[in-house]
Amino acid sequence: MPEIYDNPQSGPGTRAGNAAVAADRGATPTSPKAPAAGPSLEDKVREEKARSLWGDAWRDLRRNPYFIISSFLVVLLVFIALFPGWFTSADPRDADLTNHFLKKPELGSFFTADWFGYDNQGRSIYARVIYGTRASIQVGVGVTVIVTIVGGLMGMLAGYFGGWLDALLSRITDVFFGIPFLLGALVVLNAFTDRSVPVVIGALAFLGWTQIARVMRGSVITTKQADYVVAAKALGAGTSRILIKHILPNAMAPVIVVATIALGGYISAEATLSYLGMGLAEPTVSWGIDISSASKVVRNNPHALFFPAGMLTLTVFAFIMLGDAVRDALDPKLR
Amino acid sequence: MADPTKKDEAADQKGAPRDTTPNVTEVDVVDAASVEEVEAVLDAPVERGEPILQVRNLVKHFPLTQGILFKRQIGAVKAVDGVSFDLYQGETLGIVGESGCGKSTVAKLLMTLEQATAGEVFYKGQDITKLSGRALKAVRRNIQMVFQDPYTSLNPRMTVGDIIGEPFEIHPEVAPKGDRRRKVQDLLDVVGLNPEYINRYPHQFSGGQRQRIGIARGLALNPEIIICDEPVSALDVSVQAQVINLMEKLQDEFNLSYIFIAHDLSIVRHISDRVGVMYLGKMAEIGTDEEIYDHPTHPYTQALLSAVPVPDPSARDGRERIILSGDVPSPANPPSGCRFRTRCWKAEDKCAKEVPLLAIPERFVGQNTPAAHESACHFAEEKDVVHA
Repeated sequence: MPEIYDNPQSGPGTRAGNAAVAADRGATPTSPKAPAAGPSLEDKVREEKARSLWGDAWRDLRRNPYFIISSFLVVLLVFIALFPGWFTSADPRDADLTNHFLKKPELGSFFTADWFGYDNQGRSIYARVIYGTRASIQVGVGVTVIVTIVGGLMGMLAGYFGGWLDALLSRITDVFFGIPFLLGALVVLNAFTDRSVPVVIGALAFLGWTQIARVMRGSVITTKQADYVVAAKALGAGTSRILIKHILPNAMAPVIVVATIALGGYISAEATLSYLGMGLAEPTVSWGIDISSASKVVRNNPHALFFPAGMLTLTVFAFIMLGDAVRDALDPKLR
Repeated sequence: MADPTKKDEAADQKGAPRDTTPNVTEVDVVDAASVEEVEAVLDAPVERGEPILQVRNLVKHFPLTQGILFKRQIGAVKAVDGVSFDLYQGETLGIVGESGCGKSTVAKLLMTLEQATAGEVFYKGQDITKLSGRALKAVRRNIQMVFQDPYTSLNPRMTVGDIIGEPFEIHPEVAPKGDRRRKVQDLLDVVGLNPEYINRYPHQFSGGQRQRIGIARGLALNPEIIICDEPVSALDVSVQAQVINLMEKLQDEFNLSYIFIAHDLSIVRHISDRVGVMYLGKMAEIGTDEEIYDHPTHPYTQALLSAVPVPDPSARDGRERIILSGDVPSPANPPSGCRFRTRCWKAEDKCAKEVPLLAIPERFVGQNTPAAHESACHFAEEKDVVHA
């Protein structure tokens, strides 16, 4: 029986000691016995073997240039959103009409207030682009988190329990799915006079959870038929254990992919709403607001539009590219 | 692997006197009023050779519905339609039959993973189809299952230690918390895997190793019965032998009773003490392995056995191959009378009118011949297809 004890160096003697410490660490307790070249090779083999499904995905991702570029951009954007003061000393709300009204960019002066020029109220566009990142990232991440929790829960309950609960939840999902996203958001936001970031997050999440719910439902229906779920039932596992330990970890992958891609969509939806005057409002600094005001002077001063719009495009692009890379890594069919 | 043409010496010694171990014995029903009483009954030991699991007229119909909002039942798939048998302590009962005959549904019913439409499953005199909650959980401790596909029966996101340790988390009374890791390693050792592999993930193992992990999980709660639903059919032939040998070893070591479901007749003969042949949701024939393989009396069993490949070309020439015509009828609309009559070369009018009972055929009653075992055929007669 060749497959039993296929590691020749793990005799019964070494067993207990190895097992007491984490048994699958990179360092092999038996390596001192091996010749000098032995341990490194064996370590490599072990390292190769000690990986999970996410470990496999991570191995793929590390070599994927799209992932490297997009994750670098995302990390950079998150830092900009968290600490805008690190990137500019200018105040995005400091309007200097006399000196700087629609001043053209000075592309040679890096990271100064003059870098991207000034808008029609004499505010530094560079500072506004930097400070506008926070609103966009907040909306994108906030909506995605809420949508994943609400939609994920709905989809999981509908998919796992089926029957009348599935019928009910799926019909509710269909009703929300039927509302055009932008039109629905306009109607909801119109009811609020004070449109701050949480209000916009709430409005987008209210309409956006259906997509995740559908993906989750399908994924759970596939997962719940797996033999390991039947095995857990046969052991007498309760519903909560089955859902948390078996269904959720195995059904999450497609949801994470969809959520990452959708995050970019929420950011652009926020900008669209702000442009239409129904999203965030001054004095909040947001790319959408800047795009809206710049559009009035775009023929003579394209720079006022270019930088916030470019930043928005870059952000959406980074998140969608990240989602794509993660999907490719998690999809075993593409391996 | 056992060659079906080879004489199995063990079978001769095992072969209990035929008439003293009929397939269906009287059920000693235990009426337990409370959960505590049920648990006490379930913990009581059973003597070797006594019936431990008694299945009576088990029926499972899956409803066929039509309509989206208001579902109407328009029929039912009769997956299992009145199956009765006994499982004795310490024995292996093989169940064979082609795809779709209801073997796996029987396994799910015995595990109470499906709700039976009718009929009873008595475990130590307790009807487990009517239990729920704590009492059912106690039953699950004693009846465990090994699955067909080792690639889907282990959660890919859990380590081997978590998979084998999960039974202890669900039934914490079996092993105290500090003891579990050691117990998991013991189990890995028992099934012939390196205990160091405890932190690995299932995809790092081969099919045979995975099936060993599945067996270790089934053994964790120290059950009395293990239901094996085609445990080796997804494995390579060389690995099949290893797993089968392991299962035989474990049976002796832990005093287990097996229900072994498979469609590979050679493997079933190798491991089983008694064999039941299923066709379209009903038991066609049941008896000791010698009775079924060397003295089949049901035409379906004879046809099945004649399909077993024979490695010896010269023996093959003299052998009659029974080739059945047509397909298995739909279990949603099975034939009247005998279910096999549409494909049977012996079928007469009687077969369409009367359902043959699973009983010792009249012509053999009272005779001390291996052909005197239960067979659901009006025209049962012996025909040695394996050796012919």
